Amino acid sequence: MLDAEFFRRWMLTTAAAVDREADRLTELDSAIGDADHGANLKRGFTAVRAALTEEPPQTPGAVLVLSGRQLISKVGGASGPLYGTLLRATGKALGDDVEVTDAALRAALDEGVGAVAKLGGAAPGDKTMLDALTPAVAALGDGYGAARAAAGKGAEDTIPLRARKGRASYLGERSIGHQDPGATSSALLVGALADTAEAVSGD
Amino acid sequence: MRMLINVPETVVPDALRGMAAAHPDLTVDVENRVVVRRDAPVTDKVGLVSGGGSGHEPLHAGFVGPGMLDAACAGEIFTSPVPDQMTRAAAAVDAGRGVLFIVKNYTGDVLNFDMAADLAQDEGIQVAKVLVDDDVAVTDSLYTAGRRGVGATLFVEKIAGAAADEGAPLERVEALARKVVESSRSFGIALSAVTTPAKGSPTFDLPDGELEMGIGIHGEPGRERRPMMTSHEIADVTVDAVLEDLRPSGPVLALVNGMGATPLIELYGFNAEVQRALTERGVSVARTLVGNYVTSLDMAGVSLTLCQADEELLRLWDAPVRTPGLRWGM
Repeated sequence: MLDAEFFRRWMLTTAAAVDREADRLTELDSAIGDADHGANLKRGFTAVRAALTEEPPQTPGAVLVLSGRQLISKVGGASGPLYGTLLRATGKALGDDVEVTDAALRAALDEGVGAVAKLGGAAPGDKTMLDALTPAVAALGDGYGAARAAAGKGAEDTIPLRARKGRASYLGERSIGHQDPGATSSALLVGALADTAEAVSGD
Repeated sequence: MRMLINVPETVVPDALRGMAAAHPDLTVDVENRVVVRRDAPVTDKVGLVSGGGSGHEPLHAGFVGPGMLDAACAGEIFTSPVPDQMTRAAAAVDAGRGVLFIVKNYTGDVLNFDMAADLAQDEGIQVAKVLVDDDVAVTDSLYTAGRRGVGATLFVEKIAGAAADEGAPLERVEALARKVVESSRSFGIALSAVTTPAKGSPTFDLPDGELEMGIGIHGEPGRERRPMMTSHEIADVTVDAVLEDLRPSGPVLALVNGMGATPLIELYGFNAEVQRALTERGVSVARTLVGNYVTSLDMAGVSLTLCQADEELLRLWDAPVRTPGLRWGM
């Protein structure tokens, strides 16, 4: 069973990964976007870290809802609402349970990813964060490590795609040949989930 | 990187503090990054709120004042503001007759303003939205998030602002704003890339002797790269690109807009070529504005926006305005 502490560690591990990879995300974004994805996510997860420390929520759902709210009110751009919605929708789907099962998290993440697709009007193949999130959720049934691998592959598989959503879409054909920054940061989020699960089971 | 800044993290609040010191007509909330005209909310007037990423100055905060916007929200550089800012702005300017959000068509701006509109309506504020999408460089909307909102934003803010000043109700101000959007098209070119404070190096590599055609205002590359051309040739390409999409049957408003690093002498020279090219194609220009209005940090380059204008739009365009970035008649 996964408790609030597990979700808190997941968010903090994500924050650390975003700190570590911020420059790389910004570099990817400078090729097909406006060179701020790393800096923006870093600002958002710094706020998440502070909020989870100041008022640690007592349920898994509340951890994600609070984190999502921080991202919406601190990040701006498209990644604020999209990541904020992902975490909020996932958190709401988890409900008020003090502990949740792996299966409940899978189902909740599926709802969260659906909410992102609805908000952004995007589908897998559009060269967005969904290209990492969708295969990751599908692979979760095989374990957290499988989800991490699927998200990483999904992010890499955006390289040959032509962007259809977000700022990269304005480049048309010229968006081809570059890895999508949003899919890359999504892979970090999924990777942090797997890291957390492995650290907890290794305790 | 040689920039007149302290650290990248405080570029936006530092600029807002300086703006507040220079413009006592404005109330600048530096912490929340909301700029409001000092006399807001103005009795019996629809409130106009816009905003977007910073780096496009004087857009948007520079267009706050009588005859134009009531409030503007400043995001991080090239990053849309967050919903909290917009709801705060809406609350500050709502005089009970509703608020119009003027939104450039970028995914981040659209999503955040959508969320803000929901929140403001929850608080009992009537909100309408208009989406500006004038950039003809983005032709294939099936494969994009729609056309970008660029220079026409100035036309929309000025004309809707004048209508609101006259006391028009929200539905009317919104309809006029939509009419301006539908009547306006833009096309931009870059002679250099942008250096954002956060990255510290140019966002793309543009060698000497080349230019980028069909850029937006966020330092992203355009649709294609071409060998450098003369101002005469660039005017022909730009005018044709706009007129291919906008076939005006009457006079137009013209905005020859610098991207930030192109001096006025070049912009005026380019405007001479634009006027020539338009005359050759049988298009008469009713009003022209030349200058740096919808910019992209330190990018060199220019964009052209044309708006087909009837008598009503011209009258509202000519109406008095008093903002840091645009000022005439009062």
